[in-house]
Amino acid sequence: MSQANSGAVLAAEAENREFLVFSLGDEEYAIDILKVQEIRGYENVTRIANAPDFIKGVTNLRGVIVPIVDLRIKFHLENVEYGGQTVVIVVNVADRVVGIVVDGVSDVMTLTPDQIKPAPEFGVTLSSDFLSGLGSLDDRMLVLVDIDKLLTSEEMALVESTSSH
Amino acid sequence: MDIADFFDTFFEEAEELLSDMEQHLLELDVDDPDSEQLNAIFRAAHSIKGGAGTFGFTVLQKTTHILENLLDYARKGELTLRADLVDTFLEAKDIMHEQLDAYRSEEEPNQEAFERICQVLQQIALDEIGEQLDAPAVTAAQTKASPAPADRDDAESSEGAHLLVALLNVNEKDRILLVEELEQLGDVLAQSGDEKRYEVTLKSSDSADDIEAVMCFIIEPDQISITAIDSAGPAPSAAQPDVSQADAPADVAEKPAASTSKASSQANSANSSAKEKPKKAVAESSSIRVSVDKVDQIINLVGELIITQSMLDQTVSDLEGQSVGNSSLQNGMSLLQRNARDLQEAVMSIRMIPMEFVFSRFPRVVRDTAGKLGKEIELITEGKSTELDKSLVERITDPLTHLVRNSLDHGVEMPDVREAIGKPRVGKLTLSARHQGGNILIEVRDDGAGIDRDRLLAKARENGMSVSDNMSDDDVFQLIFAPGFSTAKEVTDVSGRGVGMDVVKRNIQSMGGRVEIQSKLGEGTNTRIVLPLTLAILDGMSIKVGGETFILPLSTVLESLQPSKDEMYAMAGDDVVIKVRDEYLPVIAIHEVLDVENAITDPTKSIAVIVQGEGRRYAMLVDELVGQQQVVVKNLEDNYRKVPGISAATILGDGSVALILDITGLHRLSRYKKEAGKKVTNHHNFKFYKEAEPS
Repeated sequence: MSQANSGAVLAAEAENREFLVFSLGDEEYAIDILKVQEIRGYENVTRIANAPDFIKGVTNLRGVIVPIVDLRIKFHLENVEYGGQTVVIVVNVADRVVGIVVDGVSDVMTLTPDQIKPAPEFGVTLSSDFLSGLGSLDDRMLVLVDIDKLLTSEEMALVESTSSH
Repeated sequence: MDIADFFDTFFEEAEELLSDMEQHLLELDVDDPDSEQLNAIFRAAHSIKGGAGTFGFTVLQKTTHILENLLDYARKGELTLRADLVDTFLEAKDIMHEQLDAYRSEEEPNQEAFERICQVLQQIALDEIGEQLDAPAVTAAQTKASPAPADRDDAESSEGAHLLVALLNVNEKDRILLVEELEQLGDVLAQSGDEKRYEVTLKSSDSADDIEAVMCFIIEPDQISITAIDSAGPAPSAAQPDVSQADAPADVAEKPAASTSKASSQANSANSSAKEKPKKAVAESSSIRVSVDKVDQIINLVGELIITQSMLDQTVSDLEGQSVGNSSLQNGMSLLQRNARDLQEAVMSIRMIPMEFVFSRFPRVVRDTAGKLGKEIELITEGKSTELDKSLVERITDPLTHLVRNSLDHGVEMPDVREAIGKPRVGKLTLSARHQGGNILIEVRDDGAGIDRDRLLAKARENGMSVSDNMSDDDVFQLIFAPGFSTAKEVTDVSGRGVGMDVVKRNIQSMGGRVEIQSKLGEGTNTRIVLPLTLAILDGMSIKVGGETFILPLSTVLESLQPSKDEMYAMAGDDVVIKVRDEYLPVIAIHEVLDVENAITDPTKSIAVIVQGEGRRYAMLVDELVGQQQVVVKNLEDNYRKVPGISAATILGDGSVALILDITGLHRLSRYKKEAGKKVTNHHNFKFYKEAEPS
């Protein structure tokens, strides 16, 4: 392979991004896989009093205290159950480790730039500020969540903001 | 020590200096420049140049050098500032910042930008002053042609002047670093002296200012004095009977620099302070520098190990219960437990540093303060080697300084007064530290006037505080810590404004400690600070409320009791108090404050734990006391945020997280919730108490 060719391949690979696809209710969401630290079950969560309902509490992740956020409650899904199948995606955002509860993790997808469409103005539950776009893959539509922005946003109440008391 | 170890310090300081410089440049009024500001900008440039030169960052040094020259003209009024000149200066600053970043990531700075900015700056010099500044050749040696910004620079000569560097009040640790640093800059010909004044004779081609700039990364500028010595003249400090003196100054220059001169200087110092030096050398070679992060990681891992061990322990004792136990398994477990505890203790001791680090700054504080007040003070320190957690050592320094100043100002009398009442003229101030149980006790003792109990009470009444003559001495002396309280007749610039003592107390309490005062009128005052040994481990009392486990810091727990109906009184609104030995304590029901479900709501069936926080007592209603245990404190804010009523978290034996309660935070939270609750719904709790009797 000539040098020019391998350069082009590398460039194309660099533009393709990998996403972890998870489900919340009937919808499919995806986050940048580089933000994901690990996936684990939902267990042993200690409740934190006087926190918003979508903050389930904190858990022990090998000696580190990690807050657990239930995106299903945050997105107002009706069926919120906890069982052996409940999955927590542990993500690394803004130098923090946070666990997010989802209904299930399906697969890892590679999206090319032309498969990522800009996000339309959305409804109230998920502001388009927190979306990096929509991914279309055959007949599936993935909502690409900007997990950094979402988790550090003021409404998630995960990060101390200077404005709060 | 390698010079590279100072790189990081330089980068940080240079970055700060650059942002200072930028701020000053932005604030600068070009039509009427403030000379202070111009000086500040010049100084910043000058310090960066000095550092950059020493570390061999030639491009940065050259850039700064040209800028510095221009700034020098500006501050002397020879260069009239205009807005576009300031813009150029700002641009130069940006380029310097880029260069700094490049050096930090170990790259070569952009040569083009460098040459361009040099040209622009030189053009300014040419246009405005008509002077040709030296061209930007990238060699270190050339920079020495700078116009002397300070008279000291006169001393420098191209092949190396003899300088007498005096280090004032520099502790031994820093001094060794500094001397090694000086060896990098030139040849150390002789050194001698003590902590107060340590003299180093240096032959160096660097200017006095450059040397000072480097030294300032370690100590304050006023701790250094650099004077030039005529190299042909008699060698300094004739008392030095050493080897290096004989062949200096002629030979030294030809020696293969560092190694030989280091050896001779070591031989030298061994001579001058034979008692101290060899011991120090051994101590140095047997220690390593480790970052705190690494240590904390080990502490975390050991914490994990302890948790795993107690999980295993639980399993083994369960097996025992089912009589399938095995005695060798049992023995193994108890051995593991002991080893794990020993390991934990050993690891924790890594974080411990001796109190000497705190005490060593006080001779200076005492001397300065006493001088200002015209008093004569002898400082005695005891228990310098007592060890304390590093994080606590850092936080105790300020409160301690305040207490020492207070003692000097209000405690110790003027020499004449002392003589008149038959005390020695020189007052005595003692700082001591020692272990007491699981705590460390730090005392500030003076033999001064003591605290006048009556005056304190009078002052308290004047301030509208409710006090009585029957109060215990302890309680009366605690008044000193009330905000805005000062009995000083006059406000001095040392103390007396009544701010401070409450801050001292708050600081100490935030470290989980307490402060007490003992005093005898006419004989002196003793302020005692009791601190836990470490913040990383806490003696806790685990409690249960409705199936959830919480930890109360054991140091806050006074007693526990079963409340009975007729000891509890409803106060106005929803407040409830409980009478414990003639004292009415506010009741905090944890299940209400923290919204715990399935908890015991009938107070007479729950347990009241009497706790103390920030000097006040509360009764906490809990379901069950589980027991005492040592817990490893984990920060909640690392990944989450501050939670009202909760100070931190810990991991229990079963691997789950338990929250550590913050007494005063809980009380505030309970008040806040009650107020908020009143507005929304009518709480119908505690309805069955008898009404509070009107008192």
